Amino acid sequence: MSDPRDVIAARAARELHAGEVVNLGIGIPNRIPGFLPADVEVFLHTENGLLGVGPRPAPGAEDPDLIDAGKLPVMLAPGAAAFDSAASFAMIRGGHIDAVVLGALQVSDAGDIANWTVPGGTTLGVGGAMDLVVGARRVIVTMTATAPDGDPKLVPECTLPLTARGVVSTVITEHAVFRIDRDGMALVELLDGATEGVVAAETTARYRVALA
Amino acid sequence: MAATRTTATEAVQAIRDGDTIMVGGFGLVGQPLTLIEALVHHSDATDLTIISNNIGEPGRGLGVLLRQGRIRKGICSFFTSNPEAVEAAMSGAIAYELIPQGSLAEAIRAGGAGIPAFYTPVGAGTELAAGREERDFDGVPHVLQPALTADVALVRASVADELGNLRYRRTARNFNPAMASAGRLTIAEAEAIVPVDGLAPEDIHTPHLYVDRLVEATVHARDLEGAS
Repeated sequence: MSDPRDVIAARAARELHAGEVVNLGIGIPNRIPGFLPADVEVFLHTENGLLGVGPRPAPGAEDPDLIDAGKLPVMLAPGAAAFDSAASFAMIRGGHIDAVVLGALQVSDAGDIANWTVPGGTTLGVGGAMDLVVGARRVIVTMTATAPDGDPKLVPECTLPLTARGVVSTVITEHAVFRIDRDGMALVELLDGATEGVVAAETTARYRVALA
Repeated sequence: MAATRTTATEAVQAIRDGDTIMVGGFGLVGQPLTLIEALVHHSDATDLTIISNNIGEPGRGLGVLLRQGRIRKGICSFFTSNPEAVEAAMSGAIAYELIPQGSLAEAIRAGGAGIPAFYTPVGAGTELAAGREERDFDGVPHVLQPALTADVALVRASVADELGNLRYRRTARNFNPAMASAGRLTIAEAEAIVPVDGLAPEDIHTPHLYVDRLVEATVHARDLEGAS
């Protein structure tokens, strides 16, 4: 696999288990359904009010009342349930979402995440990012190891505005899988032929090596 | 009391200068486009505070009201979908409050349910909690989120009966039910209006006691210029 986004999405798909309720962020996480084995059926939740998000419709077959949180058209999965925004976020905040998979600008070795804004940027929006990372039972971050300018995104302390503190449980980059718990961050897996040296060179966060 | 059937033009005359207006919808889906169009073309009310997930899109939906300079403040979770709204907020042309989407939805729900404020872990320790009261529960920091209410709530439903009972469709429900409950005056537009008893009691999402005015929806997202 050459596209790092597919390396990340394919590995992230293996974090999900049959029957789980999962919320997928925009970008890399949206590629995950294409990598789920046929026997791993998950229920996709979208915060604008749907449990049972199906595939994208064919052009011309869009339902104008049916979109995901990225405002793109979707279809219904069998057994889908629709609800209002307050109920949807009650599900999230109440711990009823098994996992959220989403991107990040920075993650610290304490599990802090920054993913909603860049100072001086041209955006002004948080959407459901803070709700999702605080409420979901597992927070899985999928991101490239470095920013376009080459800066590491796994850092000792987030310097960008925080989304939440101490919430990230797993980080998957194109080169590695990290777990974060009370004991800190651990490198548990190398991906796509990467070496420990490659990972060390692109990571300023403190971590221990715990490869299987 | 049953909702009063009226036209969109007549209904929006209830909106006064300085009012706080809730507007349902997530993007254009579930947005009360008929009432917004009436507000844009048949009302002079200005200095408005808008509570909505976003301020429409450039030149569409609430984006038109922004271009008219009639919005004083936006209370939203996501201004980014309308770069003109981002620019207006950043430059100080409008005041703004940015609230996490779930806290926004719950604040509106609480406003309609008589709860003045609530503690939530969402946003605690972030810059969005600046100036808010914080308190620990079981060692976890929480932030106090005040409830939100409005002078007028504008919502859109798929089907209404003539009493004003509302039913929404698919993901067009979003903020509409909570907003219907949190407006001192709630104006609903519906794509279809059926006789009383045309909706089964258990299929009603918003009972008519929340709905004061009922209008037929005649503007749809597909009609808007540039709509995909």
